Amino acid sequence: MGYNIAVLVKQVPDTHNITGEAMKEDGTVNRQALPAIFNPEDLNALEEALKIKEKFGARITVISMGPPNAAEVLRESLYRGADDLILITDRVFAGADTLATSYVLSLAVKKLGHIDIVLCGRQAIDGDTAQVGPQTAEKLKINQLTFVNKIVSLKKDSITIERSIEGGYETLSSKLPVLITVTGEANTPRPPAVKKLLAYKHAMTPIELESLDESYINANEITDSHAMIKVWDHREIEANPEQCGLSGSPTKVKQIESIVLGVQESRKIENSKAGIEALISELLKEHILG
Amino acid sequence: MAMKTNEVWIYIEQNNGKVADVSLELLGKGSELSRKLKVKTGAVIIGDAVRGLTGKLIKYGADRVYPVEALALKNYTAIPYAHAMVTLVREFEPQIVLYGATTTGRDIAPRIASELRVGLTADCTNLQIGDYTKPSSKEGDILYKDILYQIRPAFGGNIIATIVSPDHRPQMATVREGVMKMNSEDEARKGEIVETKIDLPARLFVTEVARRVQMEKAVDLKSAAVIVSGGMGVGSKENFKLIHDLAHVLSAQVGGSRAAVDAGFIGHDHQVGQTGTTVRPKLYIAVGISGQIQHMAGMKESNRIIAINSDPDAPIFQIAHYGIVGDLNDIVPRFIDVYKSLMK
Repeated sequence: MGYNIAVLVKQVPDTHNITGEAMKEDGTVNRQALPAIFNPEDLNALEEALKIKEKFGARITVISMGPPNAAEVLRESLYRGADDLILITDRVFAGADTLATSYVLSLAVKKLGHIDIVLCGRQAIDGDTAQVGPQTAEKLKINQLTFVNKIVSLKKDSITIERSIEGGYETLSSKLPVLITVTGEANTPRPPAVKKLLAYKHAMTPIELESLDESYINANEITDSHAMIKVWDHREIEANPEQCGLSGSPTKVKQIESIVLGVQESRKIENSKAGIEALISELLKEHILG
Repeated sequence: MAMKTNEVWIYIEQNNGKVADVSLELLGKGSELSRKLKVKTGAVIIGDAVRGLTGKLIKYGADRVYPVEALALKNYTAIPYAHAMVTLVREFEPQIVLYGATTTGRDIAPRIASELRVGLTADCTNLQIGDYTKPSSKEGDILYKDILYQIRPAFGGNIIATIVSPDHRPQMATVREGVMKMNSEDEARKGEIVETKIDLPARLFVTEVARRVQMEKAVDLKSAAVIVSGGMGVGSKENFKLIHDLAHVLSAQVGGSRAAVDAGFIGHDHQVGQTGTTVRPKLYIAVGISGQIQHMAGMKESNRIIAINSDPDAPIFQIAHYGIVGDLNDIVPRFIDVYKSLMK
């Protein structure tokens, strides 16, 4: 009964709230100084999956590729109502560009068996490329609907959506299976449910279970429910290491530069009627205004 | 039957017979790159009635135009259009393919890159040709001549990255609208139409376009003489009325920082910065914007900048010509009053 949905999510450094401390002397960004968060539009994708689950019934599998710490975004998915969680982690995945990432994600989705809808955020805020969605769809040989603002209707074997285009929108229909990338305009993601948070706060990956310290084990009864988050490496998804990570990535970063902003001799304008009047008069005289 | 042309290709975006500006801009940049590489500039245009547009593409810089025409291609949908491009790329082997970073370009280009298994750089703001030395442990350094430098803002627009794709052809990139200069139309330019034949089996047509609503852009930040932008300091969507009011009085366009857009104070079309629209107005008034690097990089070329902020240490003051420290709820209405009385 219901749909089989895979949601692809990513843990990202919070690039939208870069503070002075996160900038290095040379103007580059110190990734470690930024909090790791659930990529915002991936939360919108998860929300769409949860809405489908509530309305029609669905089994939601959330997949994330990343370091072991990325288990956090999977726990957050669980608190919101996801059913199955898979962390794809392996050293050979490191340094992946979007092509290598979509290769790995597509193999993980294939391993799940029959999937009706794959959902992911339009783009991740650490790269802003919006490429992994369409590339994963191509590797799965399924249709793609990108920049989706709204799911208009869902039938047994087809879906109708609205997507933004320059200066407007279009309404598209597609047969299932399909991959959909969701924008931030689609919905307001729900917060974690307190009940679920309490029920699943001990959900872990096998990696995390192994590294538990004694005090935790003494204080908590370790049960099967702990190992809820599955971990797959490249063998598990039958990935060719050559096509993963750095070696599977055609694009290379040649150079990173800081943005140099020429400092301007700034004139302080008094916050008074006279101060502002002088400023506006000057701008009018120079034809900057008016 | 493959034929290695080594050309620089532009994917031409057209909608109901109108060619997107970004495609014409790319013909300008593409022909500059092909001159350096001593190759020709190719333009691929796909649709149901595109023959009439081939002349225009030549006038804007194409040497060879590859039209793909079929009734079924009336509306853009990803799979058939990507199939046409992949087929042509395999047949003619261009060394570079460029796309506009629009909702269409960013939909089709990754699909094509995935099928061809080549690199793709999103949202470039600059392209150059140069050499690249790949460090290699076994064979020593490898030198690649005349590689495409794909330059883009990265990490939320806080840094600039140069990306290369040395081992794969074609090298592909999507490019922002408005950053490359369009050639002026050259009536005397001559070019060649290359006939193409592409199989389009019915199984490719899996998306049905029910409706398409497109208006002329209501927000035109690029050509605005004056822009009034609001940031998080404005506080709320309701209070953003202050920004609209000031813009109205000054006959200015309304902009917003990414934070203000993310918070829902103002729509995406209004976003100024490396991650939104890069602007160069005569006057830019930044209200309640602290000044993230990605924002400042997208407006620092403005002729004059006024910053209004309650925090005297806000980074925005470093690039502003005029700084007013204080409560924007107090300053903006005063600014409006003074301006009105001076204009009487």
